[in-house]
Amino acid sequence: MTDTRQPPTDTQWPLWEVFTQREQGAPHEHAGSVHAADAEHALQNARDVYARRGEAISLWVVPSSAIVASTPGDAGPFFDPGNDKAYRHPQFYKVPRGVRGL
Amino acid sequence: MTGPTVAAPRETPPANPLAEFLLRLGDDRLVLGHRLSEWCGHAPILEEDIALANIALDLVGQASAFLAAAGEAEGQGRTDDTLAYFRDEREFRNALLVERPNGDFAVTILRQFLFDAWSVLLLDALKTCGYAPLAAIAAKALKEATYHLRHSSEWVLRLGDGTDESHARAQRALDDLWRFTGELFQTDAVDEAVAGMGIRVDYAALRSRWNDMVSDVVKRATLALPADQPAATGGRRGRHSEYLGHMLAEMQSVARAHPGATW
Repeated sequence: MTDTRQPPTDTQWPLWEVFTQREQGAPHEHAGSVHAADAEHALQNARDVYARRGEAISLWVVPSSAIVASTPGDAGPFFDPGNDKAYRHPQFYKVPRGVRGL
Repeated sequence: MTGPTVAAPRETPPANPLAEFLLRLGDDRLVLGHRLSEWCGHAPILEEDIALANIALDLVGQASAFLAAAGEAEGQGRTDDTLAYFRDEREFRNALLVERPNGDFAVTILRQFLFDAWSVLLLDALKTCGYAPLAAIAAKALKEATYHLRHSSEWVLRLGDGTDESHARAQRALDDLWRFTGELFQTDAVDEAVAGMGIRVDYAALRSRWNDMVSDVVKRATLALPADQPAATGGRRGRHSEYLGHMLAEMQSVARAHPGATW
C-alpha cells in the first residue's frame, strides 16, 4: 500500500484536507481541501472556504501528505465484501426505534 | 504614535450629530468593503480571494446596518441604499485610510490590519453604549471584526516575517499608511454631541490600546513601527483624497443609471 499519488504539480502552498463538524456529537466529515502555508493559515482558509455560512461548529485540517490512501490496485482484496458470506453482515439485527445517526 | 488625541479644529456641529456619527461608521465600512471587493477574482490564490470577498461582504453588511440607522436618525426617508449610492464624494464621511487604493497585497493587508484593530476596539466600546440601536449593530459587527482582525494579523505576521520581498513590501505599506491612522482617533463636535446621548467613546484609551495591539503584531512580524508624523485628515468632514471619487463613480454607476431598479 505505497503512496502512489503524484506530488502536487502546482507551485502553490501545501495542500490540507479539511474536515467539518456540523453539530455537537456529529462526526467530522471531509469537506474538501485548501492550500495554506501553515496550520493556522490552513484553519483560516478552511473557515473561509467551507464554514463561512455557518456550516460547521468545528474544523480539522490535516496536511494532505499525512494521509495514507489505498490504491486502485487494492480494490479487490481490500473491498470485496464477500457477499456470499451473509453471516458476516449484521443485517439480522433490528435497529431500535429512536436510535438515529447510527 | 503615543501622542495625545488631537482634537480637530472646532466647527459648528452638524444639525444632526447622531446621524452624522452613524454615517461615519457606515461609510468607513462601505468604502473599505468596496475596496476589498475590487480583489474579487484577482487575489493571489483562490482561498484568499474567497476570504477577501467574504470580509468585503461582512463590511458592506455592517455598512448597510449603520447607514440604515443613520437614515432613520436623519428622519428624511433616506435608506441605506440611498445613502450609499446617491451621495457625492463630499458627502462621504469615511476616514482617509479606507479609501487608499489596494496597491499590492501587502498594502491591502496592512490597511485592513490597522483598520481591524481600531474597529474591534471601537465596536467593543459601542456595544455597551446608551443608544440601543447602535449597541445592537456594534455587538453583531464585533464578532465579524474579531475574525477580520485575526485574518489580517496572521497575514501581517507572515508577510513581515516571510521572505525579504514580502518583508520589504509590508514595511513599505506600513510606512505609507501610518499617517492615515491618526484620523481614526480624532474627535470633534459630533463626538461631543453624541456623548450627550449616551454614546461615549474614550478615544485616548482606545488609542493607547490600539497602539499596544498594533505594536505587538508589528514587532512579532519583525517590522518597524513608523515614527510619529502629522496625521492626514479631512475625511470626516468630506474632504477626501483623489481616490474616493473614482471609486464612488464605479460603485454608484449602476444604481445611478437605473435608479430604483430591482432584481
